[in-house]
Amino acid sequence: MSTPSASLSPTSLPAPRSVGSALGRFASSNGPLMGLIVLCIILEFASGRIFLTSDNLSNVLVQASTIAVLAFGQTFVIVAAGIDLSVGSAAGITGMVAAWMFTSAGLPGGVALLGGLACGLVVGMVNGIAVAYGKLPSFIATLAMLSVARGLTYVISQGQPIATPSAVSFFGKSLGPIPVPIIVLVVMGLICAFVLNYTVIGRSMYAVGGNMEAARLAGLPVKRILVTVFALSGLFAAVAGMIVAGRLDSAQPSGAYGYELNSIAAVVIGGASLAGGVGRASGTLVGALILTVINNGLNLLNVNSFWQQVVMGLVIAIAVLIDVIRHKGLSH
Amino acid sequence: MKSSIKWAAAALAATSVLAFTAGCTNNTSTTPGATTNGSGTITLLLSTLDNPFFVSIQQGAQAEARAEGLTLTVQNANNDATTQANQIQTAVASKTKAIIINPVDSDAAQAAIQPALAAKIPVVAVDRNITGVTVNSFIASDNVTGGKQAADALARAINSTGNILVLEGTPGASSTRDRGQGFTDEIAKYPGIKIVASQTANFDETDGLNVTTNLMQAHPDVVAIYAQNDEMALGAVAALGSKAGTSVKVIGFDGSDQGLADVKAGTIAADVAQQPVLLGKQAVVTVGQILKGQTVQETQSMPVQTITKDNVDAFIASNSSAANPSAAASS
Repeated sequence: MSTPSASLSPTSLPAPRSVGSALGRFASSNGPLMGLIVLCIILEFASGRIFLTSDNLSNVLVQASTIAVLAFGQTFVIVAAGIDLSVGSAAGITGMVAAWMFTSAGLPGGVALLGGLACGLVVGMVNGIAVAYGKLPSFIATLAMLSVARGLTYVISQGQPIATPSAVSFFGKSLGPIPVPIIVLVVMGLICAFVLNYTVIGRSMYAVGGNMEAARLAGLPVKRILVTVFALSGLFAAVAGMIVAGRLDSAQPSGAYGYELNSIAAVVIGGASLAGGVGRASGTLVGALILTVINNGLNLLNVNSFWQQVVMGLVIAIAVLIDVIRHKGLSH
Repeated sequence: MKSSIKWAAAALAATSVLAFTAGCTNNTSTTPGATTNGSGTITLLLSTLDNPFFVSIQQGAQAEARAEGLTLTVQNANNDATTQANQIQTAVASKTKAIIINPVDSDAAQAAIQPALAAKIPVVAVDRNITGVTVNSFIASDNVTGGKQAADALARAINSTGNILVLEGTPGASSTRDRGQGFTDEIAKYPGIKIVASQTANFDETDGLNVTTNLMQAHPDVVAIYAQNDEMALGAVAALGSKAGTSVKVIGFDGSDQGLADVKAGTIAADVAQQPVLLGKQAVVTVGQILKGQTVQETQSMPVQTITKDNVDAFIASNSSAANPSAAASS
């Protein structure tokens, strides 16, 4: 690693030696990102040069948006040493509530949109209250919510898709040349990064996730922090729900079914620890992109359906394994 | 002391939730019929109700049960084979007169249905059969013939030439196999048509949208897409945008309300329509015959119909009259 990379201009950096070590540091602290770049390069050649076209990259970002937004919300929870299994169901019910308020209850589209977002906030707060004040393990509380919210989605919809108002459909359209899901992805990512890095509540999440007892003894309002964490996750899930419904112009009863596992995988691939206290918005974005790029690539390469799930599972396992090995190497 | 009060409160809350849910179940799922001549309750076990197709089966069954004065209990397994196994046990324990089952999984149902067979309760399978078990009757749309009809409709739409895509259903499902088999066999008769990619979109609309978007990148020259169900076809239409129905013809399968609406609008070129209301109705008719001691056919194939812009209005009209008239009022 002591030779400088040809692509970096020597004038912009002090000395060749430190360029090399800077590159090494970058690679070792951005393992998932390096993985994503390698994956993209492989796919570009394997697909016969159609992967890295602007059209296809735009598709990948649009397809990644739902999982990424869910995963940004999930990042708060995982940083605080919890887990949120209800985000897929929350995304499903919020889209359905918005569609129902508009189509069946006859409310204006904007109100329906806000109603859907508020529904996500309520779902998250109920999770948070069950965890913080009910002392339920987050796995159980959110597993219960996964079932309740999906069930209510079927009840509201009677098993049928419902058309969405234009305020919701906007989340699936384009603003000029830029697809709205990509804009939403960027905005929600920036909000996630800002909250985690620059707000008191965000820094408190790391403290709670690192050592809840120490955080409590240090005088942090642990219960209120936990409720906020889950409420944020619910709200982010609601935004993801609007993208899912918006892209299809309708809320599907099975919308976002099973997405919770992908959102958790994205966060963990991005370098967060399920033990809590570690995790970044940028890592989560990379994790979501890796999952989406694999799906996109498997389609482009026309891989047999039976093998797709095998490949997906292996990539998740390898991505996390590499990260674990790398951390062991650094700590020795 | 305090904790025992908490427990009591929790128990009370749990009980009231159960009582409330039980109330819901009775209201929504059971069709009270005049249970004269001791005909008793029959049980309809559905794999899921999150797909309009199965909701239509339920509506057809309920309408016919009401007409015949049978009480029909409906259970939804939420696509979980274990849940369905439990529901079979419960139905047997409650001494149901007959079971109509739409298995979550054809293989898993083989073991699960044994308690019903042991209790000599008649079993009718709908849409999917049970592997290795001879049920009293198996009623399904003819998916292989449907696949062939889809191939012919697609060939007509593109004058028998061009590259096409196939969106497959859930890997391993019998409907995926049959609809794929019928289509592949028939499309081979058109040498000018080439399947350039065949990928699963899991019978799901969002997956249909994503997979179509991806495949159009790799194969921008395709002129038609065969989707093995309507949800995926609608996803493909969303992905194609203005190309749908113009430069790319989409062929769907199921004849769902939304699918037919798109046929009418021209964005879906042809839809191979199943008649789920008829499936549900025929299942109850068959149970009625069994309970009266009549012999029934072991396999009953319900016809599928190719629907294009030319006959879509007639098809919708004929099906809404056959459907349960009160179904629309339930929501």
